[in-house]
Amino acid sequence: MDRLIEILQQLVNGVSLGSIYALIALGYTMVYGVLRFINFAHGDVYMLGAYAGYLLAPLFAHIFKFGEFDTFTPENTLFILSGAGLIMILSMAICAVIGVLIERIAYRPLRERPRLNVLITAIGVSLFLQNMTQYRLGANPKAFPQLIPVHVVEGLGNLTVLTSQLAIIISTIILLIVLRFIVMKTKIGLAMRALSLNPTACSIMGVNNDVVISFTFALGSALAAAAGILVSMDSPSINPLMGNLPGIKAFVAAVLGGIGNIPGAALGGLIIGILETLVIAIGFPQWRDGIAFAVLIVILLFKPTGILGRVEREKV
Amino acid sequence: MDSLLKLHDCTIRFGGLTAVASFSMEICKRELVGLIGPNGAGKTTVFNMVTGVYRPTEGDVFLAGERLNGLKPYAITGKGIARTFQNIRLFNSLTVFDNVRAAFNLHIKHGPSHALTRGKAFLKEESDIEKRTLELLKIFNLDRLREAMCKSLPYGDQRRLEIVRALATQPKLLLLDEPAAGMTPTEKSNLMRLIEFVQETFDISVLLVEHDMRVVMGICKRIYVLDHGVKIAEGPPEKIRKDPKVIEAYLGETEVEGEGRNSANAETPNGER
Amino acid sequence: MSRGPLSLILALAVCLVVSLFGENFIASKFAYYYDILITIGINIILATSLNLVNGYTGQFSLGHAGFMAIGAYASASWSNHLDPIILGMLGGPGNPLATNVGLFVSMFFAGILAAIAGFGVGVPSLRLKGDYLAIVTLGFGEIIRVAILNTDFLGASRRLSVTGSYTTLFWTYGSVVLCIYVVLGLVHSTYGRGFVTVRDDEVAADAMGINTTKYKVLAFVIASFFAGIAGALYAHFKAFLTPEGFNFFRSVDVVVIVILGGMGSTVGVTVAAVLLTILPEALRALAHTQFVPPAYQGLLENRLILYSLLLIVLMLTRPQGLFGDRGASRKRLSRSRGD
Repeated sequence: MDRLIEILQQLVNGVSLGSIYALIALGYTMVYGVLRFINFAHGDVYMLGAYAGYLLAPLFAHIFKFGEFDTFTPENTLFILSGAGLIMILSMAICAVIGVLIERIAYRPLRERPRLNVLITAIGVSLFLQNMTQYRLGANPKAFPQLIPVHVVEGLGNLTVLTSQLAIIISTIILLIVLRFIVMKTKIGLAMRALSLNPTACSIMGVNNDVVISFTFALGSALAAAAGILVSMDSPSINPLMGNLPGIKAFVAAVLGGIGNIPGAALGGLIIGILETLVIAIGFPQWRDGIAFAVLIVILLFKPTGILGRVEREKV
Repeated sequence: MDSLLKLHDCTIRFGGLTAVASFSMEICKRELVGLIGPNGAGKTTVFNMVTGVYRPTEGDVFLAGERLNGLKPYAITGKGIARTFQNIRLFNSLTVFDNVRAAFNLHIKHGPSHALTRGKAFLKEESDIEKRTLELLKIFNLDRLREAMCKSLPYGDQRRLEIVRALATQPKLLLLDEPAAGMTPTEKSNLMRLIEFVQETFDISVLLVEHDMRVVMGICKRIYVLDHGVKIAEGPPEKIRKDPKVIEAYLGETEVEGEGRNSANAETPNGER
Repeated sequence: MSRGPLSLILALAVCLVVSLFGENFIASKFAYYYDILITIGINIILATSLNLVNGYTGQFSLGHAGFMAIGAYASASWSNHLDPIILGMLGGPGNPLATNVGLFVSMFFAGILAAIAGFGVGVPSLRLKGDYLAIVTLGFGEIIRVAILNTDFLGASRRLSVTGSYTTLFWTYGSVVLCIYVVLGLVHSTYGRGFVTVRDDEVAADAMGINTTKYKVLAFVIASFFAGIAGALYAHFKAFLTPEGFNFFRSVDVVVIVILGGMGSTVGVTVAAVLLTILPEALRALAHTQFVPPAYQGLLENRLILYSLLLIVLMLTRPQGLFGDRGASRKRLSRSRGD
């Protein structure tokens, strides 16, 4: 029985971590789907999401009384969640705009050029975002304000699940459902899917490719921002370089699931999260970062199209 | 006549789709052979199979008795098969001269270490290659353009350069992939003469994949006809011209396209539109 | 002997002479500039070797710092453990012949080890294209760094100090000369044209009988060798190492130089290496003059902000870099007859 609890525990930890990676991975995969381009700067949008929350929270602090609650009670839950939710939504909106701006200024002019150029630009944007944040807000880690009370969830016996972890998992599920709805049931979602299959046909059919691409960036950036807020609830120290490692791990997750494939990104994120948790659990915490790279190399060497991906042949 | 290239019952399947089925073909030394068929017939697939881009799912490809199945493209070029591309693929950052010189790599004896020690043997070989490159360019009237960048060349010259480059690999068999695409009638006539010239001067065989009937009928000694991956006819031009199956394959295509007269390839084998 | 190797020997001789007579003088009177000179040399080696892979062969590698790290740590370990023996055999640490031989052997070991690593990484990775190759080389670079971080006898996260010989101008610029000679000599030959065909059109190169994988791996191995040499020089220059000095940013540093110089132009990349080594120092000096308002001082001193802006602006306005890939060097040297 103890063993079962132990396994369940690690599973919860893994799913919680994996959800963060999944949210970030979705941005990579959607942008790759419509543009065939790896947005190196995406991890830094996650970081900006966290910083947006950090800067916004004080403005609403006395309305929503952040940090003043110790535990969730049936009376205050809705209130707390709406406060946290507002910060998250605002942060998502800000980052959506940032994502669109980045695409507009740095990537769009290079759309006809060799893909290598825009990859380099993306590296430049990433470095710029990190170092500008470092310059303006300081390189030292900052304490993220407490948006929700963080404590162990009652009633789960020996299973230690934090409220923050629960928030991450539930929020991710909600966001995934919303995303699926957008992609599958709305016109713009249909346009995104069509664009990932054949851009030329799309523009001939009257789709404004630019609008769809901007929307894709907005969507991906919003999800990354959500991840930034959620992870900061769980681990309240934020710093300008916090996007690097999760960014690359989320990228691995997207490749693992099949780059360009939306369910694949979510699946990949979960797998990476669980693997990383396992590595720590079996006693090799110093390799927690290395495992993602190892997965990357194995996947790229043996099945570069990923678990759910499609093969694309070059026409000769 | 000696057999050079032999395809024996070659089949290529991609997943559930059979692109080419039990295709057999033979090309002898010094022959000019054509491969035609309506759009989607599988001509490019056969092409890619001979050059090693695809591996036959079934069947064998032989060159002078040697089995080529599974060899990588560069190895197949090493055995003596060279090709050109439908959408011209030149080395755009190299000059005309270097494009041809690069293709001599197959037959050079020096390696990277010799390039660094620069001994007498290396220098002599480099000098030889330069001479031969210039000679080749001269034959095709491209030598005065040798320092030019490929992209600045007129379309017809680029096509010619591609053929010269392929010839630098000293092939026994030259595969031409729709070389007449995008050419004016005059250019096409020049191309026909060029192909015949190449075949005679360099004493090689040529396999021509082409849509333009006039070109194919004009210079090929034998023609294979593919439709939906299956060989439907083979023989000299006069026989192909009159073959009912061939006519149907092409006319059938024009009917499906509705305004047959206006579709780009609506041309029966005897050249009528 | 033909012109090529002759110029190499001549250049090496010049370096030797300058170093023999000028080394101590420059090192003591102009210490600050001496340091910059050595750093320039190391950066030139890193950039021109990476240019062979990224520029001439068109394969985007983002893991060059990893091979530099291997070279640095290999050389450091070698020197720390074996130098006492070697120096002892040759007359002791005071003997200049001994220290130079010690350094040479250490560097050579570093280069070979890095080249082997380059082969190990290159063979599986170079099957991938474009973005994927970039990411996987980044991944390998990070794995190397994490591995060093977790290896106790390499100092783990602590500083590893390097004892024994010290880098001199001769070894630095001798290596620079050798590296440039190898890259140029290789590329400007019929064999060497193969590298560029791989960049321009792999499918066509394949069809012309060029074994594209062999070229990619060869470029990668040669580049890794020289990255290892650069690492060894760095180790014996700074006299201490931390894994952080070989992270992704270090790789990006080198990539920026290659792009600024113009991928595929060795001359351009060399100039860019000089410029980008001097630039942060110049900006730092400028920041403290009266021309710059205090508010912007920090900005000028922040190399990475400027680098990132430089990258973005370069890609938008002049992606071919300073010298493009139709550089003057290429046309003039395309005849390899030794004239």
